[in-house]
Amino acid sequence: MSASLAAAASTASSANEAPAISVKDMRKCFGDHEVLKGISLEAHKGDVISILGSSGSGKSTLLRCINLLETPDSGEVRVDGELIKMKPGRDGNQLPADIRQVERIRANLAMVFQSFNLWSHMTVLENLVAAPTHVLKRPRAECLEQAEALLKRVGIWERRNYYPPHMSGGQQQRAAIARALAMNPKVMLFDEPTSALDPELVGEVLRVMRSLAEEGRTMLVVTHEMGFARDVSSQVMFLHKGEVDCLGEPKEMFARPSTQQFKQFITNFNK
Amino acid sequence: MDYNFYLSTMWSVLKALPLTLEIWFFGIAFGLVIATGLTWLRASGYKSGEYFTRAYVFVFRGSPLLVQLYLIYFGLSQFDFVRHSPILWPILRDPMYCTIVAMALNTAAYESEIFRGALRAVPVGQIEAAKAFGMSPITRFRLVTLPIALRLALPAYSTEIILMTKATALASVVTIMEMMGTAQKIQHDTFRPIEVLTCAGVVYLLLNLSIARLFAWVEYLLSPHLRPAPEQSQQIKPVPEVL
Repeated sequence: MSASLAAAASTASSANEAPAISVKDMRKCFGDHEVLKGISLEAHKGDVISILGSSGSGKSTLLRCINLLETPDSGEVRVDGELIKMKPGRDGNQLPADIRQVERIRANLAMVFQSFNLWSHMTVLENLVAAPTHVLKRPRAECLEQAEALLKRVGIWERRNYYPPHMSGGQQQRAAIARALAMNPKVMLFDEPTSALDPELVGEVLRVMRSLAEEGRTMLVVTHEMGFARDVSSQVMFLHKGEVDCLGEPKEMFARPSTQQFKQFITNFNK
Repeated sequence: MDYNFYLSTMWSVLKALPLTLEIWFFGIAFGLVIATGLTWLRASGYKSGEYFTRAYVFVFRGSPLLVQLYLIYFGLSQFDFVRHSPILWPILRDPMYCTIVAMALNTAAYESEIFRGALRAVPVGQIEAAKAFGMSPITRFRLVTLPIALRLALPAYSTEIILMTKATALASVVTIMEMMGTAQKIQHDTFRPIEVLTCAGVVYLLLNLSIARLFAWVEYLLSPHLRPAPEQSQQIKPVPEVL
C-alpha cells in the first residue's frame, strides 16, 4: 500500500516537471527514403537513454534532428518544455521559425560527435572556452578555470595546450566531451562517440561517459556499445527501419528481448 | 664585364622600385577588397549574385591583363561621359590609377576563386560543431570558418600575389617608369639588353623571394596544428642497430 503511494507520488512529481527532452512523432525523409517514420521519445532529468539500431536505422538522424543539425520534416521537439518553433518552408517542408531560439536551445544541448570535430586550429583549452565565452558570454577567466578543471576530470590536463591533431582519438574524444561539459548543458547528445576509435581507446571514453551518467547527467547516447547500453543507461531504445521497435529498461530488454528484430540484433552482436 | 654599367643600371632600376611597390600594394589591396565582395556575393546564396560573379570571373580571368589595361587606359577615354565625369576622369586619365584599377579588377577574379575554393574546403564537421554549440552564423564564421579557410587559401593566395608582382611590369606599356619602364628606357638608350634586363630580372627575383618567404613565415605561424606534436619533434628515435 505504502509502496504504491510512493510510486504514485514519484509519478506525480515527474509529471509536474517538464521532460528535459520530448520528441513527438518526428519524421524525416532524405529524398524518397524515409529515415524517421514518426518517432517519439521522452527523457527526464537524469535519464540516460541509449539509442541502438543497425546502421541506417535512423538513430544518428534522430539525434541530429533534435538539435536541428538536420531539419525534421514534421514532429515537435521540446527542450525543458520549450517547443522549438517551426514554420512552413517553400516546398512543403518546415524550417526553424526563430534561429535565435534554435541557437539558444543548441547551447543547452551539447553534442559529442563520432569524429570528435574539435576545432583543429585551436588548442584543447581554446576549444573548451570558445563556445562558453562567445555563446554564453561568460567571462574568459572563469571559463578558463572551468576548462582546466574539466580537463583534469577527463584526464588530459597535461595536453591542454596541444592541438587536436596531436592527440590520440581517445584523448580527442575526451576533450570533445569536456568541451560539451563546459557549456553546462541540460542534455548531452552523444552521436556514436566510440565508433571512430581504436578498440583499445574505447574504454577511456566509456569510463568518462559512465561517470557522467553516475552524476545524474541527462544523456542521449547513440551507440554500438552493448555493455554501456545494458549497464549504464536507464532506458534503451531500439530503432529498426526508422521506427521505435522496442523501448524499455535495459536489464529486462537484454534478458528477454521483446521483439524478433532486437533479439536478432543482440545475437548478431554477441557472435 | 662592365661593372660600372651594371652598378649604374642597378641603381636606376632600384630607384624605380618604390613605384613598382606602390602599384603592387594598391593593386593587391583594392583587389582584395573587390575579391572579398565577390566571394561574399557568391556565397550569399542569391542566384543573381552567383551569376554576376561567374560572369565577372569569366571576363577578367579569361582575357589578358594587357588587354584589360589597354581597354581601361586607351579605351574608356573614348567615351564622352567618362571624360566629362568629375569622378571617373581624374582616375582614368592617369596611367598610374588605370594600372592599379586593371590589376585590382584582374586579381580579384582569381582571388575570389581561391577564396571560394577555400571556403568550400572547410570540413563540414568543424562547422557542424560550431552550430551544435549554439554559435550564431557570424560567430561561427569568425571563430571557425574564416580561420580555417584563410589557412587553406594562403598557399594559392601567395602565388597570386607573386603573379601580381610580375604583372606590375605591364605598367611600363602605359608610360609608367617603374622598374620595367626604367629598364626599357636604359636598354633603348644603350642597346645593352643583357645587362639591363638581367638587373631588372634580379630585382624582381629578390622581391618575389622575400614575398614568398614572408608568406611561408605567416603560414608557419598559423599552422602549429599541422606540424609534428611537440614531444614527437623533440624525441628522435634511435636508429635501430642492424643485427
